[in-house]
Amino acid sequence: MTIDMSQFYEVFFDESEELLAEAERLLLGINIENPDSEDLNAIFRAAHSIKGGAATFGFMDMTEITHVLENLLDKIRKNEMALTAEHVDAFLAAKDVLKMELDGHRLATAVDLEQVADVKMTLKSLSEAGGVEIKPAPVATPEPEVVVAPVVEAPVAAAPEPAAQVEGGIQIFNIALPEITEKDLANLQEELGLLGEVASSKQENGRYVFTLTTDSSQSDIISICSFILDPNDLVITLNAPAVTSATASAAPVATAVPAADPGYGLFSEEVKSTPTAPVVEESNSDSKVKIHEEVGYGLFTKPGEEAVEEGYGFFAPFAPHKDAVKTELIGDDTPVTAEAKAATAEVAASKPVTPAAATENKTPARRETDKAPAASAETSSIRVGVEKVDQLINLVGELVITQAMIEQRVSKLDPINNENLINSVSQLTRNTRDLQESVMSIRMMPMDFVFSRFPRMVRDLAAKLGKKVEFVTVGATTELDKGLIERIVDPLTHLVRNSVDHGVESPEKRKATGKPETGKLTLSAAHKGGSIVIEVTDDGAGLNRDKLLAKASANGLQVSESMSDTEVFNLIFAPGFSTAEVVTDVSGRGVGMDVVKRNITSMGGTVEIRSALGYGTTISIALPLTLAILDGMSVSLGESLYVIPLNLIVETMQPKMEDIKTVTNEGLMIHVRGEYLPIIPLYALFKQETEIMHPTEGVLIIIEAEGKKAALFVDALVGQQQVVIKSLETNFKKIQGVSGATIMGDGSVALILDVPTVIKMGQCNLKEGVYS
Amino acid sequence: MSATTDTNLETNGAEGTGHSQEYLTFVLADESYGIDILKVQEIRGYDAVTKIANTPEFIKGVVNLRGLIVPIVDLRIKFGLGNVVYDDFTVVIILNLNGRVVGIVVDGVSDVMNLNGNQVRTVPDIVSSIDTKYITGLATVEDKMFILVDIEQLMTSDEMALMDSAVVH
Repeated sequence: MTIDMSQFYEVFFDESEELLAEAERLLLGINIENPDSEDLNAIFRAAHSIKGGAATFGFMDMTEITHVLENLLDKIRKNEMALTAEHVDAFLAAKDVLKMELDGHRLATAVDLEQVADVKMTLKSLSEAGGVEIKPAPVATPEPEVVVAPVVEAPVAAAPEPAAQVEGGIQIFNIALPEITEKDLANLQEELGLLGEVASSKQENGRYVFTLTTDSSQSDIISICSFILDPNDLVITLNAPAVTSATASAAPVATAVPAADPGYGLFSEEVKSTPTAPVVEESNSDSKVKIHEEVGYGLFTKPGEEAVEEGYGFFAPFAPHKDAVKTELIGDDTPVTAEAKAATAEVAASKPVTPAAATENKTPARRETDKAPAASAETSSIRVGVEKVDQLINLVGELVITQAMIEQRVSKLDPINNENLINSVSQLTRNTRDLQESVMSIRMMPMDFVFSRFPRMVRDLAAKLGKKVEFVTVGATTELDKGLIERIVDPLTHLVRNSVDHGVESPEKRKATGKPETGKLTLSAAHKGGSIVIEVTDDGAGLNRDKLLAKASANGLQVSESMSDTEVFNLIFAPGFSTAEVVTDVSGRGVGMDVVKRNITSMGGTVEIRSALGYGTTISIALPLTLAILDGMSVSLGESLYVIPLNLIVETMQPKMEDIKTVTNEGLMIHVRGEYLPIIPLYALFKQETEIMHPTEGVLIIIEAEGKKAALFVDALVGQQQVVIKSLETNFKKIQGVSGATIMGDGSVALILDVPTVIKMGQCNLKEGVYS
Repeated sequence: MSATTDTNLETNGAEGTGHSQEYLTFVLADESYGIDILKVQEIRGYDAVTKIANTPEFIKGVVNLRGLIVPIVDLRIKFGLGNVVYDDFTVVIILNLNGRVVGIVVDGVSDVMNLNGNQVRTVPDIVSSIDTKYITGLATVEDKMFILVDIEQLMTSDEMALMDSAVVH
């Protein structure tokens, strides 16, 4: 039953990433003068949880950083040190380093060791600069470490440095194993090999004993072993040459308590562990230390729920245990363990009352809260692979199609004779719709997922550029398809950067123009019809039309003074176009805006710029809610059906003869409400046979994309419906003017028009005079 | 094909030494072709096809194959063979080429036969409507010549314009 540790890596990475993001959010929101202790605790918990996880998986670099971070945080949250802006910066830097290290482990990206060292130094010096370092009360300051437990750092004042676990020192552990299979044995040896040198020897009773030379702590060993076997069956003894005298004995006991992980204790069964004592004797002669360890674990080995409910009540009887240890020191091994057992049993029965016990109880209590976020998150959500969700969505898509087929066939039946069937089918229709909606909502994620990364970026950028920017997000709860969420991040990052760099002016400039020194940058998301509209708004300088035109003509673009504002503003999407006088490392190189535009177009979205010189700029992105389903208008052309995305249709009309105009008797146009729009005959574009050859016989659909309008000439409108988008490229290839295909109710395939391309193709066609 | 041929073929296959492979054979006009049977997913009738603009004539369009959008190629047009009519007897062989599903229209499917290496002859230099590099060999069974086609290479070639690379090319 070997468990490959790597299968848990992903969970750890995901969780750590979430925790880091959470910590960053809290840090940015923190009030430096009067920090909320809840927030501080939450940040501490995040750091702590990451440390625990990192140690379990052996990511020591992360453990180190989180450790110093935690120390500092601990002081602050205990009010031993006042929070300063310096601290917040250091914490943010630490978060970045952790993220880097996390990515290093996850994606094998490069880790800047210098930066890591810098951050560590900063944190350390801050931690030491904290002035009065209050020596915490012995038991009241529990060492919060769970897994890594460099026990030495546990400020158990009553104890001298516990010699058994020297800081960073090499220790030799003897690990007596229960009977396990050869395979498990080999696995275990391999796992332990990661910690240090392992030698295995077979005992007379057929069991194995590993001798592990390592600088890791005992709980590390237990953590590793527990993936392969029940840690309670393990007998780990310290072969420490460092233990000098029996006087130190109280200390190991005291340290053993916090050192052991209560998480493992929960699974322990005392009954099991006690009988193993004799085995220990057989395998190891260093009895004293061994027993301390034994007892230490004995404390945790209370089985079951009782213990959990009492908040790890087994910590409580601290004093009795001490007694037990003392007795043990004088007496024989076995009785002592028995006594310890009795004591534990006693405690389990009666709730802890002694003050010492009460304070000690805080440790596990906090540990429990440490784990609480993860636990509660687990109950309210589950992690599911995206591919599973996609598969579900695909299947539901199929179901919708099948259901539509049934519906269509049933509609042809005699409604009186088949009343029951028809009723059932209409019920099925309703249920299918509901199911589809629910399934689609699985993929929906709040925009907060994207927005949450910007406050930090804006803060850093503003500081770098010497600007003052107030960042506001609106509608962060608006939901968007996960696929789109991921793809919108990059374009939005560009836009926000641009707004801070080029949009918002410097404080002096702002003051001179009578604006408040602090600029305002708003990121908003809202549903609007069938799409979601994301806007980046700044109250900065706005786009300068004249400057844009000048720059454009200098770049050799075709421009004229008579261009509309929209057209002029759209020039910034041209590749290599930048009006920034100075190229900074933030922006101004002219790459970016064209990429933004391209990315958004590829998502089926549109970008629009609104700007007023001196008052600010708004860049508005409209995206479809989801990539998988489209609201479309199906139109007929000859024998075929085509689907046009509804959000790109402005209006439809049956033109009158007198509204149709020509240029040189070729370029067909329609005169609609004062505008002349080119008519694109779809049959000519797609070389489709049809009997309807003149616009007055068919229907004109005014479509709009990328700021351009055109009238698409088709035979007739068929109906409006939701269609499931299928890629043509899966088995075929991309077809110009077609963005995908869908399956209609009768099982036939209809092509979905790629409206922007169709408009472009139409223009070529008209120029080439294909239509005549 | 009659049952007798079938048995003969099997005996042929069993006699042969060396590497043997199963082929699905189909007819285009007077010629018989064989393709690797492992590439064949299913055989079905010819349904209403949705035409696609601006594609070569031999690409008939796409069909809905249980939710998959599958392009249909008429090999009769591509090879310039056979009687291009579409009726109830028109057969479509659905191929699964490394995950990509493509349908080909042929005159008729004849048989499945086992051919071993020593039944297969190399192709001489000839001029045909498809590049001879896609023909892996010629097999003779009962005085009848079967043209063995590497259907995967052929269908994924630029010539067929079924893949995106073809557009780039």
